[in-house]
Amino acid sequence: MQAIKNYLKSLLLWELIQGLRVTGRHLFRRKITVQYPEEKTPLSPRFRGLHALRRYPNGEERCIACKLCEAVCPAVAITIESEEREDGTRRTTRYDIDLTKCIFCGFCEESCPVDSIVETRIFEYHGEARGDLLMTKERLLEVGDLMEQEIAKDRAADAMYR
Amino acid sequence: MTDVFVNIEIDGKPLQARKGAMLIEIADANGIYIPRFCYHKKLSVAANCRMCLIEIEKAPKPLPACATPVMEGMKAYTRSALALDSQKAVMEFLLINHPLDCPICDQGGECELQDLAVGYGRDVSRYQEKKRVVKDKDIGPLVQTDMTRCIHCTRCVRFGEEIAGLRELGATGRSEHMEIGTYVEKSMVSELSGNVIDLCPVGALTSKPFRFSARAWEMVQRDTIAPHDSIGSNLRVHIEGNRIKRVVPGENEAINEVWISDRDRFSYEGLYSAERLTVPIVKQDDKWKEVDWDTALGYVRDSLRQVIKCHGADKVGALASPASTLEELYLLQKLMRELGCHNVDHRLRQCDVSDQEYAPLFPWLGQSIADLEYLDAALLVGSHVRKEQPIANHRLRKASMRGAAIMLVNPLDYELNYRVAEKVIAPPSKLPMALAGIANALLGRTDGSVDAGLRQLLAGVEVNTPQRAIAETLKERKPGAVLLGNLATAHREAATLRALAGAVAELSGSRLGYLSEAANSAGAWLAGVLPHRGPGGKALANPGQSAHTMLAEGLKGYVLMGVEPELDCWDGRASLKALDAAAFVVSLTAFRTPPMDRYADVLLPIGLFAESSGTYVNTEGVWQSFAGVISPPGEARPAWKVLRVLGNHFGLADFEYGASSEVREELKVIIGELTPCNHGKWRLPDHLRPGLNGMERISEVPMNALDPLVRRAAALQQTQDVADGAAHVNASTARSLGLTAGVQIRLQQDEGSATLLIAIDDRVPDHCVLVHGAQGVSAELGPWEGPVTVQRH
Repeated sequence: MQAIKNYLKSLLLWELIQGLRVTGRHLFRRKITVQYPEEKTPLSPRFRGLHALRRYPNGEERCIACKLCEAVCPAVAITIESEEREDGTRRTTRYDIDLTKCIFCGFCEESCPVDSIVETRIFEYHGEARGDLLMTKERLLEVGDLMEQEIAKDRAADAMYR
Repeated sequence: MTDVFVNIEIDGKPLQARKGAMLIEIADANGIYIPRFCYHKKLSVAANCRMCLIEIEKAPKPLPACATPVMEGMKAYTRSALALDSQKAVMEFLLINHPLDCPICDQGGECELQDLAVGYGRDVSRYQEKKRVVKDKDIGPLVQTDMTRCIHCTRCVRFGEEIAGLRELGATGRSEHMEIGTYVEKSMVSELSGNVIDLCPVGALTSKPFRFSARAWEMVQRDTIAPHDSIGSNLRVHIEGNRIKRVVPGENEAINEVWISDRDRFSYEGLYSAERLTVPIVKQDDKWKEVDWDTALGYVRDSLRQVIKCHGADKVGALASPASTLEELYLLQKLMRELGCHNVDHRLRQCDVSDQEYAPLFPWLGQSIADLEYLDAALLVGSHVRKEQPIANHRLRKASMRGAAIMLVNPLDYELNYRVAEKVIAPPSKLPMALAGIANALLGRTDGSVDAGLRQLLAGVEVNTPQRAIAETLKERKPGAVLLGNLATAHREAATLRALAGAVAELSGSRLGYLSEAANSAGAWLAGVLPHRGPGGKALANPGQSAHTMLAEGLKGYVLMGVEPELDCWDGRASLKALDAAAFVVSLTAFRTPPMDRYADVLLPIGLFAESSGTYVNTEGVWQSFAGVISPPGEARPAWKVLRVLGNHFGLADFEYGASSEVREELKVIIGELTPCNHGKWRLPDHLRPGLNGMERISEVPMNALDPLVRRAAALQQTQDVADGAAHVNASTARSLGLTAGVQIRLQQDEGSATLLIAIDDRVPDHCVLVHGAQGVSAELGPWEGPVTVQRH
């Protein structure tokens, strides 16, 4: 009985029709292909892209040079040097992230007690010269200044889960 | 003393314990950890942090392990539910007011509270109210305070009372209003103040120079030996990259226990001075030129050969800093002696070495450093032991606390941090007479046979009441010691002082000891950096000139090692004159100074403290070797390597050393099994001089002006123990001269003169003026002692 059934199925190209049905269904469905770079996929607020150093609303840099991110970084991509600033606060004199080493695990952001080092939604960056992928403190702060609104919105969105 | 032992049990482990010991000591000795904050093995028990509460069988409540003496059959449980509960409760109380600022706290990562909070703290605080905030105190340039973090363990308070001997810090207020601070707003002026940084279990007291510059986990720890006094304190340096970030004590019960002086702790800053010389430079046509090592050493070789050829080897001399390592000193004298020159010396701050033939093998303490603690009487002659050898002073202080009589014969009325039983203060020129008075008082009480020369010398010397009291005490209390300090060896009549001190020691049955000047004074004697003795103390047939003579009479060529002669020598003015007049001067130096630019022809950069391997021999005679822990900056090299290659350039045999340890082994074989002995090692003078009549100058080297490294340590230079450039006189002398503080005067000494400001200092005896040594004005004036005239400017 089973043999006859199988014979009929193969004679009438049943599997083929079955496959074409799936194809046909998708042919008339809404398309999900993204026309990158003209179009982009939506990103989670937790997206881990390019790093940034944030400031407080009064313009003061957040980073207090506690060096926890440097200590936790599994790829040893962060280098920090610190000293006492004139006003007596603890500040960095150097804050480098080597993006060629970074594995974007997000531990630095997790460990930061003042939400200073964050990973933004930027993932499209490149370097043309040697050293372009070494993010210095100035460049990180620049990214932070540029993206602050989005960064703040993302942290707020994720705050209740943290 | 026989110890009675009792049987106790901790956590089910049967243990033997000395009766009277505290439970925590026994637990520590047996590797059972009990958490604590206020307990410290070198301090008294306060039992105020309550962190060490443990359960003890038959006790109704948990008891603090640090204040519970062991008893026969006692059973303690350190990890029982009751113990852990109480410890957790205490931790919760401690954390109520402790700020959560670990990320910006320098103690973060090495904090006792942080560590214990992991084990005993709750995940989330139940405390919702406001935390306490305490205003910071400024207690000087070395220790940074963050008093909000204080958990009131009172270790620093007890340290001040029990170790530093100054009640500088104290607790005011009660319960939540309790604050630790100086009673009045002022700096801590202890020479041991840095130790509170190590004692503080939290980040309330941290190092000011180190502040925020590194984290505990980034640094590696290496051992070395302190280069500033003859104690040889063990140090641990913390290094990040190739930079020393801070220095902490290494534990050595026989030497420095767990303490180090501030000078040893903070002098590392001098390594990073802007004056550091990093490439060899040669002066040609009055212009300095950077050259490579080969050229520089070739130039030194040719020039020295030239000087020796023209003027003879006896017109060349070598002066070495007594803080150089044993290997450097040995190679320097080996090189010079191979060239036929016996003018080598390290006794830069000594003027009178006329009794050098009689001197012991090396300036020996006459006992171990730990023995100082068990003395019952000690007479310090010309010594500011508290600042010169702070660790020896701590031992003497402990002796004093036990009831020992510490007595002084000094040119300045120094304040010690313990009771001084008797003291004789006399101007430098009258110091020998003051000591002779004590010797004479002892002579009167001696019935045994006494050297006729001594009897004759002391005949007619007056004895006053304090001198008699000192003599009585030394005679009666045993063990006793007569200790010669830096001011005695630097005295114009040092040989007389040595002889009289020797006589006092002999007549009273005490030990004679030298608190020698520098980290390696003893090593320099053993290595033979002396004009009259070779390595191992072998007497030489044709002795050379002493450091003082070399500079007073002037030579044609000089080799300097780690020396700034205008500051480090007894007579700065004569030193500069001699060096300026010399045909060729080569200086192995870590720093480049304007005077050097003038007098030197070649400057060779060398490594300093922690930058080269070597050995120091302390005043007790202990050899302590250490490895270089960081590399010297730029082209600078350890001095022993420079001397070795210079030896090769001269084509000398036996200069093929691969490591500094080979040099040490070679010297060790030469020295063999020599043991030091101070007995009878002096020469009696022909007669005693009565002393000067007019105004005379006194000099001392302040603690933090001692050597080139310390003079460049920024934080130490902000303390009070630096050369201040003033002329110190006491109030009555000032009145008789019609002077007041701040008045400008002209001080004339021999041909030298300088304009100085008057400072009133009641430690100075009448008709004396104190001008610190090791500073620029001292070099303008001349020798450290002598008659002066004071004129209003």
